[in-house]
Amino acid sequence: MDFNLSDDRRMLKESLSRFLQDRYGFETRNEIAGSEQGFSRELWAQMAELGLIGAMLPEEVGGFGGEGFDVMTVMEELGRAIVVEPVLPTAILGAGILADAGSETQKALLETVISGELLLAFAHGEPESRYSLSEVTCRAEQTDGEWILDGQKAVVLNGDTADKIIVSARTAGGDDDEDGITLFLIEADAKGVSRRGYATVDGGRAAEITLEDVALGAEAVIGEAGKAFPVIERTVGRAILAVCAEALGAMDAAKDMTLEFLQTRKQFGVPLGKFQVLQHRMVEMCLEIEQARSATILAAGRMKEDRAAREAALSAAKNLVGRTARLVAEESIQMHGGIGMTWEYALPHFAKRLTMIDHLFGDADHHLERFTALSQAS
Amino acid sequence: MDMNFTPEEIAFRDEVRGFLKDRLPEALAAKVKGGKRLLKADYELWHARLNERGWLAWHWPVEHGGTGWTPIEKHIFEEECVAAGAPRVVPFGLNMLGPVLIRFGSDEQRGHYLPRILNGDDWWCQGYSEPGSGSDLASLKTKAVRDGDHYVVNGQKTWTTLGHFADWIFCLVRTDSECKPQQGISFLLIDMKTPGITVRPIVTLDGEHEVNEVFFEDVRVPVGNLVGEENKGWTYAKYLLTYERTGIAGVAFAKSGLAHLKQVASRQKKGRKPLAQDPLFASRVAQVEIDLMAMETFNLRTVSAAQHGGVPGVESSMLKIKGTEIRQEITDLLRRALGPYAAPFVPESLDEGYNEPPIGPDYANPAASQYFNMRKVSIYGGSNEIQKNIVAKMMLGL
Repeated sequence: MDFNLSDDRRMLKESLSRFLQDRYGFETRNEIAGSEQGFSRELWAQMAELGLIGAMLPEEVGGFGGEGFDVMTVMEELGRAIVVEPVLPTAILGAGILADAGSETQKALLETVISGELLLAFAHGEPESRYSLSEVTCRAEQTDGEWILDGQKAVVLNGDTADKIIVSARTAGGDDDEDGITLFLIEADAKGVSRRGYATVDGGRAAEITLEDVALGAEAVIGEAGKAFPVIERTVGRAILAVCAEALGAMDAAKDMTLEFLQTRKQFGVPLGKFQVLQHRMVEMCLEIEQARSATILAAGRMKEDRAAREAALSAAKNLVGRTARLVAEESIQMHGGIGMTWEYALPHFAKRLTMIDHLFGDADHHLERFTALSQAS
Repeated sequence: MDMNFTPEEIAFRDEVRGFLKDRLPEALAAKVKGGKRLLKADYELWHARLNERGWLAWHWPVEHGGTGWTPIEKHIFEEECVAAGAPRVVPFGLNMLGPVLIRFGSDEQRGHYLPRILNGDDWWCQGYSEPGSGSDLASLKTKAVRDGDHYVVNGQKTWTTLGHFADWIFCLVRTDSECKPQQGISFLLIDMKTPGITVRPIVTLDGEHEVNEVFFEDVRVPVGNLVGEENKGWTYAKYLLTYERTGIAGVAFAKSGLAHLKQVASRQKKGRKPLAQDPLFASRVAQVEIDLMAMETFNLRTVSAAQHGGVPGVESSMLKIKGTEIRQEITDLLRRALGPYAAPFVPESLDEGYNEPPIGPDYANPAASQYFNMRKVSIYGGSNEIQKNIVAKMMLGL
């Protein structure tokens, strides 16, 4: 038993941390977040060069990592700087699906993903599906060797800037059957695809995507038609791990800022940190962060185990991180007082990201319910 | 990152399991798991069985009769013992006084007391808290005044756990009142049969007698019973409080409590269906299970750090807080799982040999009492508020 990082991961973590400190200060980050694309192509290319994308993928597809602890190491560092570049949609979701289930031709695309040239998005959620992974009403019908897709996809991360989009569609079964879902790889500018991009409250970008008679050849199908659910669940599982780790980094950063504030800000002639009521609230935050970190480590360690063990640990982590992220976001704003309410100060942007992570891939309630169902089934 | 035990550690775990299977009497394990009252003889029997195997003082160094186990082996042993339903090892002589004597006692004291602790000749209790000194332990007032070859002790100790079984008590006493409170404290070993000592039971809110008050009136204690130097007792006491806290989170207790809770919830009914299937109750249970899973990993991170040479510091305080919160939550859910049958108070049913049919389900009777009893864990051993003060100071510099 050893909870220390391997040398490779430690080196990656350190180089990433130095890079972000030098090149990704809070003001730069906010400028990028407010730009039209919502991220910087230049910094994305540099991150790719550092090996950030490759670290998320296994060697078989040209990466050099891909294990739970690789994802965790990278994402935690990114969380400390609330990086807005499309790591999640491209490196975790899009590339994750291609690496898991793609054809040889589709996998060959990963080289350009790892180098930072190709951007991906995963269009799965729909206006009414909330956090369900099996509710897919977007339909794909096969006629004359062609697939015709129709439907609507909601809050697709970086959907407006991706070059290629992976779309889930129902090819058989009822609206919320796990069976009968198929994944398609489509060009973002394919005929019949319309995208309405917008900013998100935590500094990112997303899009509503409408598919109208989008015609695709058989080569667009990823994996086996109708059997995509396990691929989606595994990929979203990695994304859950990724955002949990990202939240840990962001929580650490918010905690550090709040601690520094308590040590320096004076009221009634003494630093705020002298007040026991605030000390105890800080300690409670730190303790819950360690709990969230522990749950995330457990999930990362179980990524290769069977479905029941893996998914229970992931839901446990997402639930605990969701609860803790809210605590940290609210408590650090409260302990900062008025300054914590301002746009120009860094802390509230961490608080916003922490809060919105709970809205990705299922919130604390969703995962509590899912954890309960998983343990009743086992 | 490697979250698995080594093959050697797994072999060790199997050895511990084998020992528990052979040597822990089934009837005793059933008493522990059923929340029945344990007799002095139950503890003594279990101590003797462990001692036969050389495992009684698992925290001590080998040269004094300990095991030399690594932090992970200690952790495995503690987990397996709880899981099997072994009585807890009474900690006062073994986990508290023993390490202090080994570190600060004289050769003569070590040679005399340590074997007697191992052999069960002396039952020790702890004389720290006083009526006026709870979390502010250094304010203690029990006085020891030197008179020739003796100290004369006057004062009162309280919350003395199992003091009614004890042959000896180790006490913090004030030997100097003219200095900072921490600097005038000494560590004395006192024979409970000495004239002038009176033990009075304190009945706690669950109706049980586990703790006592101990009164000292002109009690004469030979100066040879002083541990270490006069007025240095606070240092020894602090050492004792920080010594070996791998088990402080109580993970194994919480796990067996949760398993019991789930079993009860599957037998209790709500709307003619098992309570375990009620969405609201099931999610309360799931919530505490998630917290416990995380704490188990948190605890393993700390144990593993100790294995690699680290010294657990504030982690112990954090684990104490979280561990007690979780154990309290589990007993709260257990009480609530029972509905109206949490109410009957039949303390005699906890005694061995009670043969009347139970009122309600057989698991119902101890539950509410255990819930009330469990309020103590966030108070003793440095209340959770004191633990927060420690973390704020040590980790956060506040």
